[in-house]
Amino acid sequence: MTSILTIGLSHYLSVAMILFIIGALGVIFNRRNIIVMLMAIELMLLAGNINLVAFSSYAGDLTGQVFTMIVLTVAAAEAAIGLAILVVAFRPRGTIAVDAFTEMKG
Amino acid sequence: MITGAVFYMFALALIFSATMTLAVRQPVHAVLFLIWSFFNAAGLFLNLGAEFLAFILLIVYIGAVAVLFLFVVMMLNVKGDKPTRKRAKAMPLGLSLGAALLMQMGAVVWTWPSSPLPPPAATEALTNTEALGRVLYTTYLYPFQICGLILLVAMIGAIVLTLRHREGTKRQNVWMQLGREREDVLEICHVKTGEGIER
Repeated sequence: MTSILTIGLSHYLSVAMILFIIGALGVIFNRRNIIVMLMAIELMLLAGNINLVAFSSYAGDLTGQVFTMIVLTVAAAEAAIGLAILVVAFRPRGTIAVDAFTEMKG
Repeated sequence: MITGAVFYMFALALIFSATMTLAVRQPVHAVLFLIWSFFNAAGLFLNLGAEFLAFILLIVYIGAVAVLFLFVVMMLNVKGDKPTRKRAKAMPLGLSLGAALLMQMGAVVWTWPSSPLPPPAATEALTNTEALGRVLYTTYLYPFQICGLILLVAMIGAIVLTLRHREGTKRQNVWMQLGREREDVLEICHVKTGEGIER
């Protein structure tokens, strides 16, 4: 009983791994719209953050948490720019389906 | 014991909500599940002793990023439409990639010596926030400032991208207003009585 409820570093790493794989599969399988794709990218960044905080906590070093703040900043900037691009791309098309973005296809 | 139970609660809810984020059909529901998964991740951070980051996650991710997503979803009025047939084409690629990722990361996780040391429970009298502030403004001063610069660039970029001038709307042009000379717009005529003026 206690062995199950004793939480180690690998538990957190497993959660982050599963979260990252969910995000990656979301990027691949998603054909409906790009907003959900951006959300999948946010989930992958969150998985990275969980890894950094877990290592930081178990190593007793705050560097990982500082890096998590930097990743968080970049994620916020990325979401803002991505959504701005999305709005600009939506205006002429009227859709944000992934299949609608085919201009660069030869 | 209690941290273990709390960990399992937040971890299972996190994985469930992340799955639902990508599985539901309506984008608004997806954003709401995304908010829930951020909340669960904040719970995991609290469980790890990173209180400051947990609340930053609540404030920045839920308060700003998720609301930004909600804004865009509602502004663009996207409907959750039916899954297209292309999904079947991406299935083998996606599944093989997922299996490869699972194998690689699983190999890393399970060969890692399980819990080499317990989480240090506040060895000093410093709280997490105070300790983080001490290194953030001294050792990591320049990365921190560069973060602010990144946010500034992102803000300007988002504004420039979405700014548009509609044709036909009347706008104030300050330079034209201030650049008017008296000679351009004003003519003084001396009109004689009974003759009128010819232009």
